[in-house]
Amino acid sequence: MIAQNFEYETPSTLEEALELLADGAKALAGGMSLIPLMKLRLAVPERVVDLRRVPGLNSIRVAEGQLHIGAMVTHYELESTPLVRRSSPLLAAAAASIGDVQVRNLGTLGGSIAHADPAADYPAALQALEAVIRIAGKGGERAVSAAEFFVDTFTTALEPGELVVEVSVPVEAAGTGVRYEKCEQLASGFALVGVAARVAKKGGKVSMARVGVTGLAGSSYRAKNVEALLEGTTGSAQDVTRAAAAVAEGKEANSDIHASADYRAHLARVYTARALRAALGTAG
Amino acid sequence: MASTVTKTEVLFGKKMKRKEDPRLITGTATYVDDIQMPGMHHAVILRSPYAAARIKGIDARGALELPGVAAVFTGADVKDVGPVPCGASLPGLRVPHHHVLAQDRTYFVGHPVAVVVATDRYIARDAVDRIEVDWEPLEAVAEPEKALEAGAPAVHPQWPDNKAFDYHQEHGEVDKVFAEADVVVKQRITSQRLIPCAMETRGVVAEWKSGEKSLTIYTSTQIPHLMRSLVAGMLGIPENRLRAVAPEVGGGFGSKLNVYAEEALMGFVAMKTGKPVKWIESRRENMLATTHGRGHVDYYEIAAKKDGTIVGIKLKLIQDVGSYHQLLTPAIPTLSVLMMPGVYRCQNIRADIVGVFTNCVPTDAYRGAGRPEAMHGIERMVDILAAEMKMDPAELRLKNFIQPEEFPYATATGLTYDSGDYAKPLKKALGIAGYAALREEQRAARSAGRLMGIGLSTYGEICAIGPSPATPAGGWESATVRIEPSGKVTVHTGCSPHGQGEETTFAQIAADELGVDFDDIIVLHGDTAIVQYGIGTFGSRGTAIGGTAMYFAIQELKAKIKRFGAMMLDCDDVTFSGGRCVCDKTGKSVSIQEIAAASYRAMKLPPKTEPGLVATYFWEPPNFTFPFGAHVVVTEVDKETGDIEVKRYVAVDDCGKIINPLVVAGQIHGGVAQGLGQALYEEAVYDDSGQLMTGEFMDYCVPKSTMMPWIEDSNTETATPVNPLGVKGVGEAGTIGCSPAVVNSVVDALSPLGVRHIDMPMNREKIWKLVQGGAA
Amino acid sequence: MKRSITLQINGKTHTDEVEPRLLLIHYLREVAGLTGPHIGCETSLCGACTVTVDGKAVKSCTMFAVQADGRDVVTIEGLASNGDLHPLQTAFWEEHGAQCGYCTPGMIMASKQLLERIPHPGEEEIRHGVKGNLCRCTGYQHIVNAVKAAAAKMGA
Repeated sequence: MIAQNFEYETPSTLEEALELLADGAKALAGGMSLIPLMKLRLAVPERVVDLRRVPGLNSIRVAEGQLHIGAMVTHYELESTPLVRRSSPLLAAAAASIGDVQVRNLGTLGGSIAHADPAADYPAALQALEAVIRIAGKGGERAVSAAEFFVDTFTTALEPGELVVEVSVPVEAAGTGVRYEKCEQLASGFALVGVAARVAKKGGKVSMARVGVTGLAGSSYRAKNVEALLEGTTGSAQDVTRAAAAVAEGKEANSDIHASADYRAHLARVYTARALRAALGTAG
Repeated sequence: MASTVTKTEVLFGKKMKRKEDPRLITGTATYVDDIQMPGMHHAVILRSPYAAARIKGIDARGALELPGVAAVFTGADVKDVGPVPCGASLPGLRVPHHHVLAQDRTYFVGHPVAVVVATDRYIARDAVDRIEVDWEPLEAVAEPEKALEAGAPAVHPQWPDNKAFDYHQEHGEVDKVFAEADVVVKQRITSQRLIPCAMETRGVVAEWKSGEKSLTIYTSTQIPHLMRSLVAGMLGIPENRLRAVAPEVGGGFGSKLNVYAEEALMGFVAMKTGKPVKWIESRRENMLATTHGRGHVDYYEIAAKKDGTIVGIKLKLIQDVGSYHQLLTPAIPTLSVLMMPGVYRCQNIRADIVGVFTNCVPTDAYRGAGRPEAMHGIERMVDILAAEMKMDPAELRLKNFIQPEEFPYATATGLTYDSGDYAKPLKKALGIAGYAALREEQRAARSAGRLMGIGLSTYGEICAIGPSPATPAGGWESATVRIEPSGKVTVHTGCSPHGQGEETTFAQIAADELGVDFDDIIVLHGDTAIVQYGIGTFGSRGTAIGGTAMYFAIQELKAKIKRFGAMMLDCDDVTFSGGRCVCDKTGKSVSIQEIAAASYRAMKLPPKTEPGLVATYFWEPPNFTFPFGAHVVVTEVDKETGDIEVKRYVAVDDCGKIINPLVVAGQIHGGVAQGLGQALYEEAVYDDSGQLMTGEFMDYCVPKSTMMPWIEDSNTETATPVNPLGVKGVGEAGTIGCSPAVVNSVVDALSPLGVRHIDMPMNREKIWKLVQGGAA
Repeated sequence: MKRSITLQINGKTHTDEVEPRLLLIHYLREVAGLTGPHIGCETSLCGACTVTVDGKAVKSCTMFAVQADGRDVVTIEGLASNGDLHPLQTAFWEEHGAQCGYCTPGMIMASKQLLERIPHPGEEEIRHGVKGNLCRCTGYQHIVNAVKAAAAKMGA
């Protein structure tokens, strides 16, 4: 219940924040992941950098066909902002499925993905959206794809001292069907498995399929084999089932008291099919 | 003197808004953690990370060096405090000495090892990390059936077989009826370990007044008086110098029907340090170190005739005791045996209990305490029998019910059921559910390949616990009713309600009896300095026993009121009603307020009558009460995932006469939520080494708002003759009726696949595997 | 080590020196003396500590007091105005939405947030809105009724 003591900084510029982070401080955004860990003393940072006064991390804007979201934008802002709901209904849906209202009010996109909980909701959507994550460090900025960003359980492509500053996803083209389907670990509200799907059809055939998966394995991933099996088909129920059956191939499924590895893999197949069917249902 | 007679509205049976609520909805109630005292210290407890370990040494120097740390106490300091009491007794019961802090060995993860006392809880928490313990981990056993195996690690080295007790009860000609039976069905049925999870964890504030040599313990308890008696003994101080206060208590569900090491420990700390001290349990500690519930492995056999008549029941019950006996641990499974025939007319029973030590936190009472296990067992077995005999489960039940004219009914287990009409709630529930139509719908669903289930339970239970000879510590309850000089009424009840709404329901009874305004009555409880000795609130006893005690105290007052009234009206025959004494001859009257004033002013007293209007009554109930009811549950199983959807939940409960329908509904809803939690979601999971894998809300699933179905609740009202109010009790009914109905429904859904039993919790993976693999 | 914070709580300005690690819930309860919000867990799941910060319902056990510096906090104690109960408080009373009362302050604060965002919620929306608040007593049914009743009152 009680964290170890720490020094608390509230820098008012990104440069200052990066300076502190380079010095080994821990970034605090909404605190929804970090603070519980600190209270259980599973995280014991000596210095914490609260990012709330850093300007420029809260914007939501569309430019050149991309929706750009500042790292400090909260889950609630994502689920409720009309621009997000319109431009990336999949991301809005993933945000809406996180935890509970109190968590969504404080938790941030940047904080969540930097924490890289293997059962978090965003990574599925970001994988399916082929999101680009902009990272700042003392030495400058760089951008990585979601596929590169999520490395392993609680491990991302962030180097020490680096910070997620923005996430960019494509503005969804008209006619693209999307869906996030989540099987909830009922106690925690995290995903046993969560599957994000995006599909488009052209001339009666599936012209584009993107599938992101969370919860199943140590890291989220994009299920390219499923996508390949579905693209070019008519997207019939059989096509979907056949494609979805491949979602867990080559993955080492997590196992815990809430679900065995076999069952998680099975759920991944079921939820992939469900997400794809629903997405196809709205694809025009 | 006015001659009009006040007609007071009858409040018995009305949905009165609760008197408790204004403080609760404004955040101004005082729970233990809300108590602040000047100079108060805070305590944090170091607990064993091992299920079994030898303590080879403790070095607390690092903690003591931390500024703000006042003291650290370890097992050696408190070896003469205690032991933590076991209030239940059974022949041959093995009772390990339960120290308030571990001595040289720990027996479960969470076992208290040392306590740090500091000026601030943050400092105390820091200091705990600076205590160094030299541990020698030992082999542990966490499963009762494994603990019984030869060669299992001994939880207590002096008892290598891990048996805590054996208990046998038998009635009738069991072997004969089983030999002659047309049908015998057998099943192993478990009632898993559950964590009560009251939303307020435990907490204690202790204050020692050295000048008065008196100790006050504020503790989140259901039994302040018993706690005082027992902790006084543990600390070796006179009982009258220990004041116990249960302030606002944030739920108990049996987990606070206990006397805990920490209560005595904080008393000890306050006495040693001379400063008040507060200890507040964290949720993790609550899950590790507050008693768990259930923990049964039951082997049932049931014998029946061709026509479905149940003739015999055999039960071998393995009770997971945990590492120690807490207050009532060994008594809980004996309650299961008492209720094993349920609501059925079966006179041949045999039960054998074996209590088993494991390296886990002790089990003890949890909402229903022994009765949910019994009802789950018998109600599952009746369904299994119905399936075996291809009979409708409702028909089979109707056939075996004890009939209304048979009450009072002597059961094979030695109880006398007070009153009942078991078919009534069943028929009502089936009617509300639309049973026939549901079976039609089910046929259609099945032919469409869907897994729809209809399940029911017809439960009975033991409430108003209970007559003193049948309880470990007295089963009566007490009340003092004071009519103050102004005519306002103060009730002191010996119960210690903690959410049940008895401040309200008692006031409803008192208002009717005394003809005073509901708002002019207050009900006080939970403070041994204010309230006469009492037993407490548990076992659905508060209103049926505590309310009755108050009722009888009021009757004494009414007699006295009439004596004053007769004197004041100068009239031989007076009637007291609606708050006025009326002279039968003249019609003249005096109000209770006028009588109260006159009784304290005492200018003139009736013959052989003392001044004042105060009465105390200790009521010893002649029997338990036996509520009953029927729950019908409709479920559908998702074949792909194993998810269970509860589509309908119909509950018809008969808790005797209803004082406040809102409160009764609330108790049923909450009870059902805990039953549904057991049926579907909750389980305390220990791994093989005795680590609790469900030690936070992240992993232990207390039902959330989104997981509860709408409960279609209603009642039948069969009064009990046991008390003049006709009330039976309702605190545990919902839980008891729920779990078998839900499991029966899901088994029914999966029955086309050959499934005939499912153990709880019916989590989705378990169900999915059954759908994949068929029979279990 | 300690830092000075200034914040509004229930309309009053509070300035205190606090350790950075002091949780907002402990600050409210032990420094500001507001014991309405409760503590029921340490993993941000039970919601007993729910208050609003700048109008948003948050779990005050998962926020450090220093993070609330400069912000506007409302607790259950700040809900009634001039002695008049908030319609949600009245509805929880009339519909028997509280039993032991421990979850109630947080439950009401979460419900308040819900009604601000969805003035006339259906049963499912209410259940979803208070999903972050555990209640072990009521089975939630009377809470659902209370929120509906409050919505009706507030919309009238």
